[in-house]
Parts: sequence; structure tokens; C-alpha cells
Amino acid sequence: MLTVLAAGPLATIQDAGRPGWASIGVTRSGAADRSSADLANRLVGNAARAATIEVTAGGLRLRAERTLLVAVTGAPARPDVDGRPAPLNAPMTLQAGAVLSLGMPPVGLRSYVAVRGGVDAVPVLGSRSTDTLAGLGPSPLAPGDRLPIGALAADEPFVDVAPVWAPSSRPVLRVLPGPRRDWFEPTAWTALTAAEWTVSADSDRVGLRLAGPPLARAGEAELPSEGLVPGALQVPPDGAPVLFLADHPVTGGYPVLGVVASADLPSAAQLRPGDRVRFREGR
Amino acid sequence: MERDEAAGPVQGVRVYGDRALLVEVADLVGVAAVREALEAAPLPDQLDLVPAARTVLVVLDRAPGDSDVAVLRRLPPRPARPDGGTATVELDVVFDGPDLHEVADLTGRSVTAVVEAMTEAELTVAFSGFVPGFGYLTGLPEDLYVPRRSTPRTRVPAGAVGLGGPFAGVYPRASPGGWQLVGRTDVVLFDSDRDPPALLVPGTRVRFREVR
Repeated sequence: MLTVLAAGPLATIQDAGRPGWASIGVTRSGAADRSSADLANRLVGNAARAATIEVTAGGLRLRAERTLLVAVTGAPARPDVDGRPAPLNAPMTLQAGAVLSLGMPPVGLRSYVAVRGGVDAVPVLGSRSTDTLAGLGPSPLAPGDRLPIGALAADEPFVDVAPVWAPSSRPVLRVLPGPRRDWFEPTAWTALTAAEWTVSADSDRVGLRLAGPPLARAGEAELPSEGLVPGALQVPPDGAPVLFLADHPVTGGYPVLGVVASADLPSAAQLRPGDRVRFREGR
Repeated sequence: MERDEAAGPVQGVRVYGDRALLVEVADLVGVAAVREALEAAPLPDQLDLVPAARTVLVVLDRAPGDSDVAVLRRLPPRPARPDGGTATVELDVVFDGPDLHEVADLTGRSVTAVVEAMTEAELTVAFSGFVPGFGYLTGLPEDLYVPRRSTPRTRVPAGAVGLGGPFAGVYPRASPGGWQLVGRTDVVLFDSDRDPPALLVPGTRVRFREVR
């Protein structure tokens, strides 16, 4: 059992999400930065489907009610245990009664806390993920919550520390042509891949709103709504693109100019308001 | 472009990033054909299907390849099935929505005639979206096609029955909404603890039954 003493701006339980339900209007959801969540699970020897805690902009404080093995990955949120600095990207033991605290990360946005056995929230449609758009899954963490620990440990962990780069606040993401690139003026693709884009304040697990040069449409036609994926760069009539993340709506009614390569989605999920991002044509 | 009547439903396949393919079809019949074919015989590592108005998005757990595109292009037309193969969901509706009179004005029908047309229509869930469990119902007579409200409501109650463009729909839960509201039902459309969670899934037939 872990007790939540403070949750920070937003802390949610996330696993690999609930694929397979899009035809009834349910999006996949799951950890926004899958690669950091996967690493956290591996460090404590969890099965890949174990649920972690996704911490947005730090501020989480947890008390271990028994001795637990945990790991913190993703945004480097200056973890400490009972006031003493604790490692990132490495397994560590929390003694019963110890308090793990996460501060504000200097770069990146989302940190992941894995606990050996996994967070055992009640699954909804086969997943413990919180879908913030649809309101499915466990509620966001709140002070006083008591989180049961499950039995999703797989192997004994054998990694001491994982060498990983801290997230970048000025990444270059690979972008592939989207399904509706032909709905735009040819200059739109050039503008997308040449400009520096600023992440706007109204960004969340649903998507990042990006400020930059307007991306010109080639016509006025209205697109019948069609399916979306994480990484889709959808361009509404005002020309400012939205880069969709884990809790994206199942469908959208505006054309998608480009799609961020799936391998670069973890970097996109670490962007926070004010960060600058560029796109380079990938393959 | 001339199309062979015996040809399959797929008009085009667009690559959608490195994990999905977007299948284009002419209409909702084509959407149903592609959805049914891929539910019956999924592509290798197929994770999800997103049927919509003119497209079906096929999400994979790997990068799509030429062979996937070839398979999709060759999907067969929808097999003719005997009627009655799918159960019909009957929804009890109280027709007292705040926009019922406006819909009557827009369609040139009396309120009674609007209700009659809605209860006689044989509706089918074309696709879902917007919120979990919301089904876009097709099969309305064309003179019941009404524009969405120019200003959406910030809160539409759960169970509200609405009309928007060529579609009818029932709001599974309280949410913002721009459709013209003509009635309400007590039926629970979505419950994640229920199996299946959504009452209305693509292909489900629906009839409204008037109750007072």
C-alpha cells in the first residue's frame, strides 16, 4: 500500500491503455510517455502491463506503508526520500513509513513512478489508465488516496541504473506526411518542417496546441470526421496545429497534415508550455 | 472514375503515420463492409478499428506495409445477409425535447408528424465517437435532416435524444452538445462495468418507441 500525501498539479494511474474499443468511442489512453513508463516497470521487474503513476510537473508525495521497491523515470523531478536525494532511472527500496517526494523537473513534464507489483487500481475495460477526456478509469490521485499494490511483478529486477537522456525542451521530432496533406497548400508542409513551434499553455494529455506560422488550407471543403492516432497533427480553421497525445478523441473533423513518428511520441509527451519544438521530415 | 459494380468497397488506402492506414470508401455501406471484413479477419497485429463517415482507420501494433495495403484494396463487398440477423434495440423515448417545435418548423412537419417519422424510421448505428457509447444513427427520412444549433448547449443531459445533419443520436452522459434535442430516454447507453459496455455498437439496429 502507498498513501498519497500530495498529488501535485495532476497525477494519474497509467498502464499500456485500452486498445480495441475505438469502435464504441473509447480511445486507447495509457502512459503519455510510454518509453519512460516501460523503463520504470522494467527497473522494478514488473510485467509490461503493470500500472505506474504518471506525475505531471512534480509535486507528488507518497508514503510507503510497507517496504516497497520503486523507480522514478521520465522528467527528472529531483526525487528525494525523507529529504535525502534519491536516484532517477534506478530501482530503490522504500522502507515502511518512508516518504518519496518529487519536485518540479527542470526539463520535461511527466515523471513515472513504478512500484514492484504495479498499482492495483480497478481496471475499466481491461485497463487501469485514467482517460482524462472521456473520464474513464481511476480518478486522478488526491491526498489521502491509498493505492493497493498488485502482483504484476515478473522477474527479479537485474538493472542497477538505466542510462537515459533527460527530455529536451527543444526537441526535433520526425514527422511523416499525414493522410490529408493534399488538403493543404504545398507551403504548409514547408512551413511545418521549417518553423520553430511554441507549445501553448492549453496543452494536456489530449494534445499540445502549437503556436507558429499559419498552415494554409488548399480549399474550404469540410472533412467528414475520421479516425485519429497519437502524434496526428490536426489543423483547425485557425491554422494552429494540435499534436494529439494519449487521450486524443477517437475521431476529428479537421484535416491531419502530418503524423509524428511513433518513436518520437515520448519526446512530444515531455513538452511543456513554452518549450520549442521543430519537425523534420522522417521516414 | 468508373467503378465495377462487383468491385470491393475500398476506393483508396492512405498511409497514416507509421502505425495506421486510413481506408477510404464511398459511403456508410462501404464503412460497414470494411469494418465487418476486418473484424472477421483482422490484419496481423491489428490493434483497433475506427469506423467513421467515409473512412475506416486501421491501427496496427507495427509499421504498415505494402502487403497490408494490397489486402485492404481487395476487401470484398459486404455479403448480402438475411434480414433479422441483428437484433433491434428498442429505445423508449419521451418526445418533449426543447427543440422539438423548432425541428417541426425547420422540417415543415407538425410535431406529431416529426414524432411519427422518428418512431417509424429503421435506424442503424453507422459509427461511434464523440464520447464513449455515442452512436451516430442513420436511416432518418431526408426531410428530418436538420442543421446543428448555431450555439451548442454547454450541458446536454444524459439520455437526451437529438438530431444533427443526417444523424440521430442519444447522449450517453451529460456533456456539451450542438444537436437539436427532441426527446429523452432512461436507457443506460454506456456502462463500463457491463459486458458489452455500449448498448449501441456499429451495425446495431435501433427503433424509437414513444412513451409518455
